[in-house]
Amino acid sequence: MENAFKKISNNLFSSLNRDEVLMLSISGENSDFCRFNQSKVRQIGEVLDSRLSLSLINDKRICHGSITLGRDLENDIKLAQNELDRLKLEVTQLPKDPFLVMPSLSDSLSEKNHGDLLDSSHVVDAISPIIKNVDLAGIWASGNIFRGCSNSMGLMHWFETDTFSFDFSLITKEERMVKGTFAGNNWDQLRYESYMENSIEKLKLLERNSVKIEPGNYRTYIAPAGVSDLIDMLSWNGVSESSIQQGQSALIKLKNKDRLSSCFSLEENFSSGFVPRFNGVGEVSPKVLNIIDNGILRNTLISSRTAKEYGVNSNYADDGEYLRSPKMAAGDLDETDILKSLDKGLYLSNLHYLNWSDNLGGRVTGMTRYACFWVENGEFVAPIENMRFDDSIYNFFGQNLESVGSQLEFIPSVGSYSSRSIGGNMCPGILLDSFKLTL
Amino acid sequence: MKDLNSVLSSIDISADWIGLREVCENKTFRYIRDMNPQSNTRSSSHGIMVEVLSNGQFGYSATSDISNSGINRAAKSALDNANAGSKNNIFKFDPSVRPKAVGTYSSPFIKKASSLSPGQINEMLLKSNKFLTSNDKVVSASSMAMMVETEFNYVCTNGSNANQKFLILITDQAVNVKDGDVFQTRSMGRMGHQMGMEALDEDVVMANCEKVLSEAIELLSAEECPTGNMDIVIAPSQMVLQIHESIGHALEIDRILGDERNYAGWSFVRLEDFGKLKYGSDIMNVTFDPTVSNEMASYMFDDGGMKASKEYLIKDGTLIRGLGGMESQARSKTPAVANFRASSWNRAPIDRMANLNLEPGDSSFDDMISSVEKGVYVETNKSWSIDDYRNKFQFGTEYGKLIENGKLTKTIKNPNYRGVTTPFWNSLKMVGDESTFEVFGTPNCGKGEPNQVIRVGHATPACLFENIEVFGGV
Repeated sequence: MENAFKKISNNLFSSLNRDEVLMLSISGENSDFCRFNQSKVRQIGEVLDSRLSLSLINDKRICHGSITLGRDLENDIKLAQNELDRLKLEVTQLPKDPFLVMPSLSDSLSEKNHGDLLDSSHVVDAISPIIKNVDLAGIWASGNIFRGCSNSMGLMHWFETDTFSFDFSLITKEERMVKGTFAGNNWDQLRYESYMENSIEKLKLLERNSVKIEPGNYRTYIAPAGVSDLIDMLSWNGVSESSIQQGQSALIKLKNKDRLSSCFSLEENFSSGFVPRFNGVGEVSPKVLNIIDNGILRNTLISSRTAKEYGVNSNYADDGEYLRSPKMAAGDLDETDILKSLDKGLYLSNLHYLNWSDNLGGRVTGMTRYACFWVENGEFVAPIENMRFDDSIYNFFGQNLESVGSQLEFIPSVGSYSSRSIGGNMCPGILLDSFKLTL
Repeated sequence: MKDLNSVLSSIDISADWIGLREVCENKTFRYIRDMNPQSNTRSSSHGIMVEVLSNGQFGYSATSDISNSGINRAAKSALDNANAGSKNNIFKFDPSVRPKAVGTYSSPFIKKASSLSPGQINEMLLKSNKFLTSNDKVVSASSMAMMVETEFNYVCTNGSNANQKFLILITDQAVNVKDGDVFQTRSMGRMGHQMGMEALDEDVVMANCEKVLSEAIELLSAEECPTGNMDIVIAPSQMVLQIHESIGHALEIDRILGDERNYAGWSFVRLEDFGKLKYGSDIMNVTFDPTVSNEMASYMFDDGGMKASKEYLIKDGTLIRGLGGMESQARSKTPAVANFRASSWNRAPIDRMANLNLEPGDSSFDDMISSVEKGVYVETNKSWSIDDYRNKFQFGTEYGKLIENGKLTKTIKNPNYRGVTTPFWNSLKMVGDESTFEVFGTPNCGKGEPNQVIRVGHATPACLFENIEVFGGV
């Protein structure tokens, strides 16, 4: 698709008038999906999709359009030209945009991570045998994903990756569950079987009768997958400079005078190469951006548009100013010491359905889910019935954060709203001396 | 759109059933914030989903290559997928789960989408935004309109030939206000309907702006919502979420059958509960109804070809029927409703809500308020969370009033409440009459693997619940 994108770009750029500037981006995938329930196939298929987005600037006005590409180059050029013609007619009717950011020319980036993926015809045979004696629900997703960006100033970026993920839940007869995600770029049957065997082994921990926990405050360990969900909340009215300026962010207090725990540090870190460093308009973000350093807010995510509107410096965040490649710093709590340090309290593997219950106060509500346990004397006692929590980032990343795990875990993004996600979060677990359960 | 019948006749594969679903959608989003344009964007999507039934298994191939050769390639791939899946499938389907669908549907509207130019829509949004930014306590104000035009064509080897056209308008006006350290938000909740550009009628838009701004300013000096167990009167703008999360998702048969256990979750409802479970009090009546004019998810056929009709799901408080399409009917042996829906051409259909409505009762708004000695009245959803069995929920709202001795008194900020689904619905004490009934719709219901977002409608009166756990902000 890279060559096709270049040809479409050149064709459109050649039809611009002198006063017009055009930015293009492309995203697409060739994905296989197989959905499992009770370790059997529920739905199976493939999606071939690619989308071209156009942003036309003329006389301080801008409008945007996007079309589906059919992968017939001649016809795609015709469709793109029609869309450009529509934008040319529309842009002159729109109000001027004082915070419009003109694209600039920077070094072009090209990154291709080719992998060795399982052929779609072999997926059912490869996945099924080892799960035949357990109850598994989940989704297999695999294939090539691409992103590109160009503009009429001459910029051209390309990013392409082959990835697979098998995101699943193993379920006992008593309806207790273990979560797992086996993901990567190169399929390895033996590694898959070993990962699944380990996951199935974890079900044994759930065989004991569950205990009901009363609402209240508890010493709590939250494993990396749960911490990843809490970090995700910061992408929603959190680290965005625009949301802070508009009075909608949980970090307004942090920007003013409050501090989080000195154990808590967070950065935007593109070193892994799992996601492109260029944003939707082709700007290249710094490889590492310190967001929160030992509890102190050092940087927010600032797009060039926000920078212009509020008179601050851009760090080339994407338009939505969300975390694209977050990495929370590890601490000194060794994995073998987690239960001993927790002593008595809750061990939470995963959280579920988080939302701000008081966005400006920093309070988050959500549920415990999957393998969550009551611990006494540093040992698992029993799984717990799921509970609702409602607590503040100023507590669990602040005054109640006792220590941070020494091991970082990569939690891959397996979402697929409109298209398959790429990248993920690097997180450790956290030990809290208090965490509030409410229902 | 393609001549799908001609394409279908050219497909050269041997299968028990073949279906083609072509979707073409133009979604236009216009958004003004603080008197400056933020977005004038039209997103167009066009592609075809080929589904094939072979050896009892459906396989699909969704493609943006809508040339005849592209569709033929997709059909072969869908067949390969079906055959691969059939080696270890959860259920052996037959073609009866894809009934014959012949007919047309078109959204009702007065003014077509092209009746207002991009410039005219921006002018309207700027005018509303000018009003919203007129108070010096406003930190940020936004005005938006989204127009969605969608056309579906559906043909199958069973003779199905259906065409459905939708026009949906979603509008919102919202402000963030500040006084000292106090920030508050008030909005119209970003809701939508099947209708035309009459949704941008200036009188309606400006009346919304007046409500949003004046109530936002009220909230700046309002008391915090009280904490404790008390009666709560919930306006339709919050009842929408209450119905959606604690009735709609809980009754989806594919959840009950476990398909969603790795993502959205399971349900506390079991197949044996239908006909028996006392879901709510005797005055609770809930319908699945894709036939309501102007409601967001009205249609003639679902994406499996089943014809839509109104059905009672909960009657006099007792659960009688679930939300499952023809595939779920075959698997669960419970009667189907026409809710087998996909978000677009690139996703396979699953059990979804469409229009899920709480039927009006016989209490006026004044009847409800006057019956409460101590309680709160709340409007417009702000925060939502519920567990994976759809039991323990917590919702936050934008705006509230205290109810004291049968009267609405002071404005309160940050009203929240929490509860457990069936005890909550069994505490339903009064259901508002037609005069309190409102029709809403939301475009953002997420579910499924691969994930899909779909539009749903909810129509509901205001309701009174007794002895609910209520609380405020930090």
